[in-house]
Amino acid sequence: MKKLGLIIVLICGSLMLYGTIDFPDWADPSSPASTHLSPYFIETAMHDTAVPNIVTAVLADYRGYDTMFETTVIFAAGLACFFLLRRFQRRAPDVNLFRHMPTGITLRIKKGGKVPVDSSEFERIDSIWVPYDLIIKTTCRLLIPFILLFALYVIAHGHHSPGGGFQGGVILGAGIILYAISHNLRAAKARIKERFDAYMCSAGVFIYVGTGVLCLLMGANFLDYSALAPLLGTDPIMARSHGILIVEIGVGIAVMAVMICLYYNLSSAGRQDEGL
Amino acid sequence: MIWQLDIIILSFVVICGIAAITVRDLLGAAILFGAYSFMMCLLWAEMGAVDVAFTEASVGAGVSTVLFVAAVFRTSRRSKD
Repeated sequence: MKKLGLIIVLICGSLMLYGTIDFPDWADPSSPASTHLSPYFIETAMHDTAVPNIVTAVLADYRGYDTMFETTVIFAAGLACFFLLRRFQRRAPDVNLFRHMPTGITLRIKKGGKVPVDSSEFERIDSIWVPYDLIIKTTCRLLIPFILLFALYVIAHGHHSPGGGFQGGVILGAGIILYAISHNLRAAKARIKERFDAYMCSAGVFIYVGTGVLCLLMGANFLDYSALAPLLGTDPIMARSHGILIVEIGVGIAVMAVMICLYYNLSSAGRQDEGL
Repeated sequence: MIWQLDIIILSFVVICGIAAITVRDLLGAAILFGAYSFMMCLLWAEMGAVDVAFTEASVGAGVSTVLFVAAVFRTSRRSKD
């Protein structure tokens, strides 16, 4: 079986390498992409959209339809993970572990025992061994606001520098995941609830598609942001720039929510009661 | 594009890729995938595709490693084959 796999991989790999023989060289000035496509975007992107970063302009404006379905694919991935992993049966754990914060003593409370109320003195901990780590918690608490701020910067500044909805959304999600890792899953779920997360997933895609439909209603083509000029109160070129920003925010929200959804379900095997 | 740098990064990519599929410890494989993604990110940045490099750094080296670790956490650490 292993040999068969190796043979298949070798055949596929050599076919792919054979396929790349016809490709133009790296940065070949006479390749079709460099003679027709790139000069057009380099010359007209700034006039058309007022976005200095051509990659963002191409991604969200010229190929907006493409990016819309990329976002939909990510949404579908989050949905698939939810349906595959999420389990709703409540399974009451045999023992609950609580940590008494001032002394560091761990309490083991069997089923039916009296459970301490959630307060600053007692903290529920996971049934697998969870050490109390003040340094990690404090460092992450200090770090996470800056990570989230940086993510917002990446989304908002995608017009001028590398970045955009996908990267910013992933960093936003990573900030929340870091919070879940440094504290625990329940603490993160108290901040961002599963239901809220699911709404955000769909809201992101909805913002993107809604912008496109709004353009249709204004009498232009789907995702032709210049039609939004009267609504935004700018000229059509700036409207395209603003339209890209709206769409990027939608992408960012969708990607962030999907990343959090994936983490919640993966780390707790779908039960979402205790996890990494 | 500096070809010496290219060769070094590409050889690291290949080493990380082979190590990730040969290592028995799944947690180690997840970390090696993170290193692989980071090397790919360097490669993109070095070729001038900064946007792709940024995506690779955040998605590949960042979140997907965490998701791998979270998945390994819920299964056994040792690979069977």
